[in-house]
This record gives sequence, structure tokens and C-alpha cells, in this order.
Amino acid sequence: MLILMTLFSSCLFVSSSNIEDNVGNFFSSGHTNNWAVLVCTSRFWFNYRHVANTLSVYRSVKRLGIPDSHIVLMLADDMACNHRNPKPATVFSHKNMELNVYGDDVEVDYRGYEVTVENFLRVLTGRLPPSTPRSKRLLSDDRSNILIYLTGHGGNGFLKFQDSEEISNVELADAFQQMWQKRRYNELLFIIDTCQGASMYERFYSPNLMALASSQVGEDSLSHQPDLAIGVHLMDRYTFYLLEFLEDIHPASKTNMNDLFKVCPKSHCVSTPGHRTDLFLRDPGSVLVTDFFGSVRKVEITVETINLTSPIMQTEEKSAAYGDLQKETYSFSDQLPVSEIIHQKPKQKDWHPPDGFILGLWTLILLVFFKTYGMKHLKHIF
Amino acid sequence: MAAHRCVSSALLVFVCVLSVFTVARSQETTPPGGHGAPATDGPQTVTETTGQTAGQPAAEERRWEATEVKEATPDESAAEEQEAPAADTAAPSAGPRPKDDFQEELVIRPLHSGDIYASFQFRTLWETDFTRENKVSHYRLFPKSLGQVISKFSVRELHISFTQGYWRTMQWGQPYQPSPPGAELWVWFQDSVTDVDETWKELTNVLSGIFCASLNFIDSTNTVQPSASFKPLGIVNVTDHRFLRYATLPREIVCTENLTPWKKLLPCGSKAGLAVLMKSEKLFHSSFHSQAVHIRPVSPTSWELRQTLNVVFDLHTSGQGKREWSLFKMFSRTLTEACPLASSSKIYVDVTDNPQGEQFELSPATPLLSQEVVLGDRRTFSVYDLTQQITFGTVRSLNLLIRWKSSEGDMLRPLLHGERYVAGYGLQTGEIHTLMYNYHPYRSFPVLLLDSVPWYLRLYIHTLTVTSKGKDNKPSYIHYQPSKDRLRPHLLEMLVQLPPNSVTEVTVQFERALLKWTEYTPDPNHGFYVGSSVISSLVPSIVAMDTNITQERPLFSSFFPCKEESSYFVRVYTEPLLVNLPTPDFSMPYNVICLTCTVVAVGYGSLYNLLTRSFQIEEPSPGLAKRLANIIRRMRGVPPL
Repeated sequence: MLILMTLFSSCLFVSSSNIEDNVGNFFSSGHTNNWAVLVCTSRFWFNYRHVANTLSVYRSVKRLGIPDSHIVLMLADDMACNHRNPKPATVFSHKNMELNVYGDDVEVDYRGYEVTVENFLRVLTGRLPPSTPRSKRLLSDDRSNILIYLTGHGGNGFLKFQDSEEISNVELADAFQQMWQKRRYNELLFIIDTCQGASMYERFYSPNLMALASSQVGEDSLSHQPDLAIGVHLMDRYTFYLLEFLEDIHPASKTNMNDLFKVCPKSHCVSTPGHRTDLFLRDPGSVLVTDFFGSVRKVEITVETINLTSPIMQTEEKSAAYGDLQKETYSFSDQLPVSEIIHQKPKQKDWHPPDGFILGLWTLILLVFFKTYGMKHLKHIF
Repeated sequence: MAAHRCVSSALLVFVCVLSVFTVARSQETTPPGGHGAPATDGPQTVTETTGQTAGQPAAEERRWEATEVKEATPDESAAEEQEAPAADTAAPSAGPRPKDDFQEELVIRPLHSGDIYASFQFRTLWETDFTRENKVSHYRLFPKSLGQVISKFSVRELHISFTQGYWRTMQWGQPYQPSPPGAELWVWFQDSVTDVDETWKELTNVLSGIFCASLNFIDSTNTVQPSASFKPLGIVNVTDHRFLRYATLPREIVCTENLTPWKKLLPCGSKAGLAVLMKSEKLFHSSFHSQAVHIRPVSPTSWELRQTLNVVFDLHTSGQGKREWSLFKMFSRTLTEACPLASSSKIYVDVTDNPQGEQFELSPATPLLSQEVVLGDRRTFSVYDLTQQITFGTVRSLNLLIRWKSSEGDMLRPLLHGERYVAGYGLQTGEIHTLMYNYHPYRSFPVLLLDSVPWYLRLYIHTLTVTSKGKDNKPSYIHYQPSKDRLRPHLLEMLVQLPPNSVTEVTVQFERALLKWTEYTPDPNHGFYVGSSVISSLVPSIVAMDTNITQERPLFSSFFPCKEESSYFVRVYTEPLLVNLPTPDFSMPYNVICLTCTVVAVGYGSLYNLLTRSFQIEEPSPGLAKRLANIIRRMRGVPPL
């Protein structure tokens, strides 16, 4: 009997220490929420592949758990409902129209002319006008892991926005430093798929940044395959193989960053993808891919009960009294009251003080008057 | 020892019994039906299964009536609580009661050109007292995002529409809800708003977030304040046009990202009812697509939210050339149930031109027919009521099929039509022509024309002419507000009487302005858009219109309030204009810098060299043999060669 009791109590003891270990592992990665900023910077129909790139990363990120409220999606042009698109409301990533990355449940936060360098930097640093809605803001804190994905046309040290302006690598590095100083991220993963993409992360100097690029300085990133029915190239090579890699990831997978660095070797990509981890504090081998691409929530089950307060009683007695008073004066208005419009009084404009021109004109008139007739007439007037 | 063992075993047995008891108690919380079924024996299983199948529809019914059952208990408890104090108020209004109402409709009108016009109408009624200042916190069917927008910005009426394509009035007739291409937003604010422009700016930003559209581009350069058009569609006390703002973005594109948040405003979302049919791949592959949200007060205590989606499917692109339409062909879905939260869910098919079924055949047949007066004409509709299970038949799904037999018959010509185009040549001047057609044989009617032209097209109002049938037609009311560069656009409102069976032409000349180089869009060679003109008019109707507002009418016929029987209100939008402005060469600064640097380098550099270079004589280097000899001579100490 006593042996049984001791065995029982020792079992309890062991399981409780397991719980403590689990609790310890709860916050080992250091972040509590995930954000993603996905930007496509190219306009015009022949840059279909850049929109498809961004949408495929959007689709993976949504599938792995990051909700729309935590994703800022910026598309510089509309490809899905473009009049040149033979299949409207679709954006394909694989030829023969296998995978529609646009889907049925997409929310684009910045679209068309709104995708500018200024708006992008304002989103990153948080310096937006006060009336900006929440869906257009990056409301991250110091426990957020942020994924930033840029794609478009670029060169050595710059990325072109909408064929009319550029962002340089120095500006980008300074924006990240601002984010670090304002404690707007815990860890940041920066992926760029443009020509000479590695030049964009050369100038980073803030801690906890990891960067991936599709090509080195002096190399061009190439597109993958055209679709003859749609008539344009559908995806870039790097993002195509990145999408294939991400399709195998599910929210509980333990794939780490070293596997991500191996995506798209030179045999597939023709260009040499590069990465930069010297500013990152943790070892890339211990960083899970879902730390940035997914939003893995730790759930704690509790068996405590909470008593809700008593329901709110809506007071309806007073409203009845108000309703009687105002029922007579409200009615539907006449949509085109012709007689009323014809006899409409002109709108009472707000009175403004006289303009400079009017003042000058009157001063001139008065001067001429008093010059001709002399000052002695002033006495008679006033 | 034996006694000890007995006591310990008794203790063990006691502990085991306790544990079993606690386990059994925790399992009691599972449904007693599930617990009772395995307890019965074999011969009783047959009766058990029949009992379960009988129990299942009862369970379904309980699910449909769940809201009422739950609210009965707080009613009773509230009634009990209120009995104790002196009850001087009306007793039945105790406790919260479901007051919101949701109705959905789909109207299908086959068009004479073989196309088909489908119009979804959703209406959510929200019972709330908007004269009370305290915040509303209970939202049942009305979407919370819009309710908060209304209360925060003191909005009385809000009308927003997103349209792709242009409505062809002459081929398709009049739509149930008209809308211009692009995005259009007009708002009536409450009298309590002090700074209307500031509130308007904030409202457009918030709406751009809700609908995923770039409505934040609406600012003072494209907002106007009409003085006579756009009267409120809801109930009013007094109309002061200082609280009205109207703006249009003709360039705005509509795609799935606008449809997704629009569908989320519906009580059932896109999961049940008519909204199941809204698949973006089919809806955007059409000639015309328009989705709109209209919010207005319909009584002092209730607000109405109408969401409408009008779509015209083309015979050749969606219909593959065959004059045969079905729900599956149009939407790639069929209907299986009505929205459980809807009080009415119906499909109306316009069969006025098909009384004996000689033009097209409609299946499955339905006994319900209804006659409605809509757009000045009495139309007959076949009605499918989706709240009745019998509509879905034995296959539990409804797929309407309309098969055309003959393609004769003409459409009734619409009485009012508008067109607009730009005339002229070159990049300096031009002329805007607006044509208004009155096709009524003997009646004339007044129209109110609203034109909002951006500031960079400088209108010369002294060249404004209005002519009908070759003669000058003087408008009875003109309101013109000139533009201010980079501040506000032109606003021209005119009340013109259109003579019967005539074309009225309004022309005005303009001059194009030069923009600053930062004000051009990234693709300036596409051109700049000028928003559609709005033609509002009271058109004489063929049959007497129903002026009784409180009668139960289907949603599509009760959008515009009707004040007199002999005419009905219609709004026609013209095409938007695409105007090329003189565009600079944006590569010019780069070219200038290259050229200047080259000229400076070549010209100045060579001149500088010529002036400052000094010349030195240098002996040519000797051959190899001589160099060797010089080295030997130097070693010997003899002067070189």
C-alpha cells in the first residue's frame, strides 16, 4: 500500500517537472507575434511575374497562420483584373494555370499609385498620418518577428518603384535602424528578389537582421517560365523554388534557416542566391522557418471557470418618448424638386476679408480722388 | 498483520471506488443521448435509430429556432425581476429582443441581346435610436465596422459604389441601381458636424481601409458639394447642402480584394444563402460589374444597409455563344439553402416578355408569380422562395435554367440616355460635348446635369452652349463654381428641360494646363480621367407608381423613394473621359546633365590643356645594344654614347 502511494506520488512529481520544462520552452524563441510586409514595386502588364511572386509569398504566409490584419500587402499594379488578363480575377504561378495564387480571400492594403518609396518607408517606421486605417499600418512591437519581401526591378544599390523613383540601400538600412531604435521588431528577415539583389543588404548595420537575396552584385535574376495562353512570364526563378520549398512547410514543421539558404542552387537559378547572417544573434540553424513565415501560437489550456457579470439591461422606456416627438417631422425627400431648385436662393458664402487686389484697387481709386480734388475736401466728408 | 492488510486493502478499494465515481461524474456532462444509447440492448436498437432520426429534424428545428429559445429565458427572468418593483412602464419591452432584420434577393433579367443581367440585393435593418448620444455596443446583424463608422463620423447617409465597365443603356435598359465607372462616394453628414471637410477626409481614409481601395486619393481636388443634385435617399428633417460631399475616382479598379471585405459585411458571409454564388472568377469575367453599399435612415429608429451587386454576363465570353443560361453557368455554383438569418430569401426572374413561354423556357417551373412596378413599368416575375424546402426539390439544390427558343422581340427603348465625348485636336485646347437623349414621343421632362471637371482642364464657361433641335435651350437653373488650381475642381449644375423626342447638346471649350513634374502619375502617357457626368431626372412612367412607402415591396423596386405617381426618378451616368495632357519628357534632366558634362569636359578641358601645358624636349630611348654599352661604360667611368 505504501509502495503504491510512493510510486503514485513520484509519478506526479515527474510529470510536474515535465510541465515546468514545457513552460520553460514556452518563450524560447523570444517573439510573441508575427508580421509580414510584402511589396511588389513594378507596374505594367509585362511585370506580371513580380505580382505573382508577391502573391505566392502572401499565400504561403497566410497558409502558415499569419492573419490578414498582420500582413501589409503592397501591389503596384493590378494584374488580376487587368483588361489584358485572359482569365480575370486570377494570377497564376505555374504554367498551364495550375495554381491560382490570387485566390478568393485576398486583401491588398496598398495598391496602384499608393505604392511609393515614401509610403513604404512610412509603413516601416510607423510615421503615418493619424487618419491612416489600421489595416495599412505596421503595428509591430519589440516582440514581433517581421518578414519583409521585396520584388521588382533593381540594380546595384537601388530598387525601382513603379518606373519613376528608386529606393537606395542606404535608405533601407537607415529605415531598419529607425525601426530598431523605436523597438519595432525583435527579429527581421529580409528577402529580396531582383537583379543584383545582394547589394540591397550590404549596408545593413542594425542588429537582429537576416537577409536573403536572389542574386549577387553583377548578376541578373531570371524569370522562370512563360505561359503561352497568358503571354507573359509567370514567376521569377528564385521565388518559384522558394514557393515550392514553402509548400512543404506546415505550421508544426521544424525546418530551419539553413534549409532556406539552400533554396534554388545555381543549377536551378542561374544566379547565385546570397544571404547575410552576421547581424543575427541566434544561430541560423536554430531558427525555424515558421518563426518568420508562420504565426505559431502557443496555446495554454486552463480548466478554471470564470463567472460572467450579469447581462446589461437596455433601457428602452425613454426612447419611446423621443420617437413620438420626431416622427411627424421626418419624411423622405423629393429627389428632383424642380420648383424648389429654380427658386433656390444663392448659397450664403462665408464672408472673407477683401483680397489684396480689391484693397489695392480701392486704395488707388481713393488716392486718385484725393489727388485731383485736394485734401481740403476731407473735412467736408468726415 | 492480517488486520493491517485488511485495512490497507479496504483503503485501496475505497480509493478505487472514489476514482471511478469521479470519472463517471465527469462523463455525465456528455449528452445523455450518447450515453444512453450504448446502455440499451440489441432488440431496442431499431427503435433507438428511428428515435434518433426523428430526433434529428427536431434538432435541426431547434437549431433554426435557437435564438428565440435562448432569449425566452432572459425574458422570463427579466419579467420576474421587473414584477417586484412598481411596473409603470410597458411590460413586454423587458430584456433584449432580436430587432435586426435581413432580407436577400436575386433578380435575373434576360436581355434581348442574349446577355443576362443579375442583381443581388441584400438589406439589413438595424433598429437603433440615432438621436441618443451614447454609444451603441450591441451589433447583431448590422456589421460593426460600418456601425462604428456611422457613429464616429456622424454620417447620416453613405453611398459608395465600385464599378468595372460601363452600363450600356441602349442595349441593356435601365439598371436597378445606377453607378459610374470607377469608385463613387457621396455622403450626407449630420447637422452636428462642425468641420465637414475634415470629417470627410478622415472618413475617406477609414473607408479605404475597410474596402481595400485607394479612396484616400479623394481630397479637395476631386470633391464637390452639389447644390441641387444628390438629395438624400433616406428620411430627413431639413436639407442643407452644406453637409453633402460627392467625389468620384474614375481610375479605381475593382477586383477580388474589394469583393472580399464587401462579402464579409453580410450576416451570413459567403457561406450560406445567395452570397454563395459570388465567386470572383465568374463575377469579374463579365461586361459589367458593380458592387455598392448604401446606408440610410428609413425611420427615426432604424437604419438600412443595402448591399447591391449588379453584373451583366456577356453572351460570347461567359455564355460561349449559346443562348442558354443557368445559375451554374453564370456563377459556377448552385443554391442549396437560404441564409438562416434571413427573414426572406427570394429569386425573381423577369418573364414579362415571355407570358406564354414562347421566347424562353424557365425551369424548374414555379407556381409563384408576382407583378411589380419598377422603373415606371409593370413587370411580371417568377418567384422562387428559398426559405421553402420544396423549392430545392428532391436533389436539394436549385439550378435555374433559362433556355431561349426564339430571338425575336425588341426591347422597350429607354426614355433617357446620355453620352459624352471630347472633341478637338492637339494638346492645348478641346471641347467637351454632352448629349442627352429624350426618347419620349410627346412628353418633355426636366433633367439636372452635374459636371465635375478637374482643375487642369480649364473650362471657358463663356463658351457654354445648350442646344436642342438646333435652337438654344436656356437652362432654368445654373450653378457654377469655378476651379482653383490644385485646390478644387469645376462644378457645373444645370436644370434643363428636354423637349420630347430630341437630342440636347451641351458644349463647353477648355484648355489644358501644364502640371508640375511631380504631379504626374507614374504612367502619364495613359492619360488623365475626367469623372462621369450625372444626369438626374424625373421621367414619366408608363404605369402609375406606388407612392406608399410602408407597403411590403421587393428590394429592387423600393430603392428610390417615390413621391408622385406619374413619374419616377432615374439617374444616368455618362462615360468618363480620358484626356491627354501635355506630358514632358521625363528623361530630359538626365540628357541635359550628360550633354552639359560632355561639352564642359571636351571644350573646357582641351582649352585648359592648351593654355597650361608646357613642352619639354625628350631624347628618344636608345636601342638595346647601345643601352648595354652605356651600362658597361658607366661601370668603367667613361661618358656614355
